[in-house]
Amino acid sequence: MRLKIEARDSSTRYISYVVGFVLSVIATVLAYLVVVNHVWPMATLVYVILGIAVIQLITQVVFFLHIGRGSHWKAITFAFSILIVLIIVIGTIWIMNNLNYSMMRMTPDQMQLYMKQNEGI
Amino acid sequence: MKQVTNDPVVQEKKTLGFWIYLMTDCVLFAGLFATFAVLHTSTFGGPSGAKLFDLPFVLVETMILLTSSFTIGLAILGGARGFKKQTLVWLIVTFALGAAFLTLELTEFSHLVADGNGWDRSAFLSSFFTLVGTHGLHITIGLLWLLVMIVRLWKFNFRQTDLNRLALFGLFWHFLDIVWIFIFSIVYLIGGLS
Repeated sequence: MRLKIEARDSSTRYISYVVGFVLSVIATVLAYLVVVNHVWPMATLVYVILGIAVIQLITQVVFFLHIGRGSHWKAITFAFSILIVLIIVIGTIWIMNNLNYSMMRMTPDQMQLYMKQNEGI
Repeated sequence: MKQVTNDPVVQEKKTLGFWIYLMTDCVLFAGLFATFAVLHTSTFGGPSGAKLFDLPFVLVETMILLTSSFTIGLAILGGARGFKKQTLVWLIVTFALGAAFLTLELTEFSHLVADGNGWDRSAFLSSFFTLVGTHGLHITIGLLWLLVMIVRLWKFNFRQTDLNRLALFGLFWHFLDIVWIFIFSIVYLIGGLS
């Protein structure tokens, strides 16, 4: 029984690792070239890079971590932690930008200067 | 005497337990990424990422870690099929690549500190060193774990218990590679833009 499972897994998994590796290399080099050559304006580049990173995340999760195989709890806990990660990251950026805006009414550069002159570290 | 069970159902539960640990680690890194995102413009008159980061150098680091993530996969597959020599070779290759990555990262850190751009220079650099350093610490612990694994597999001739542990190590190593993708994209590529 166990032998059968292993045989099925290993035949598909070799290909899955090679595909995952090739796709990841392409994504990494693509992101690098796009930045080095400044293909788009900065605001667009940020979203392009994030997009490529997410594609690579999905690639590696599917081809290396094999989510969806075995217990479905793996996928559920993964989805939950992605939710928490997004709340932490997006929530933090949102709140901190909002605080900067409401408290100071200054551009980030002006605020830097203000903090440097009046607070010091 | 401690009973060692190789029941697939038990192993599946162990894998899930380890997986949940990885997910909590994910949340730890989320906190560090959020900190970096907030502080990356706070350079306190010091140099910004665009001035400090050497992108070709970081690309080499990324490729090395990515390749090691691939070779650990090959090692685990070899182990499951019973190719002992092949598994050990791929594990040693993975260790060498991981060690090379860590060396490059420490070289980068020491250059930054030597130029007066250490973690005490600005909030930006504090958050940079905390985020990248935490990842480096995980890599260091991973390398120690891998070393113990190579010795055990070689010495005890591929016990099922050790193969199961190797599968968990594979998850850990792939996870670290995924975290690095985001460090590469967010810290170095996007941070290097401004």
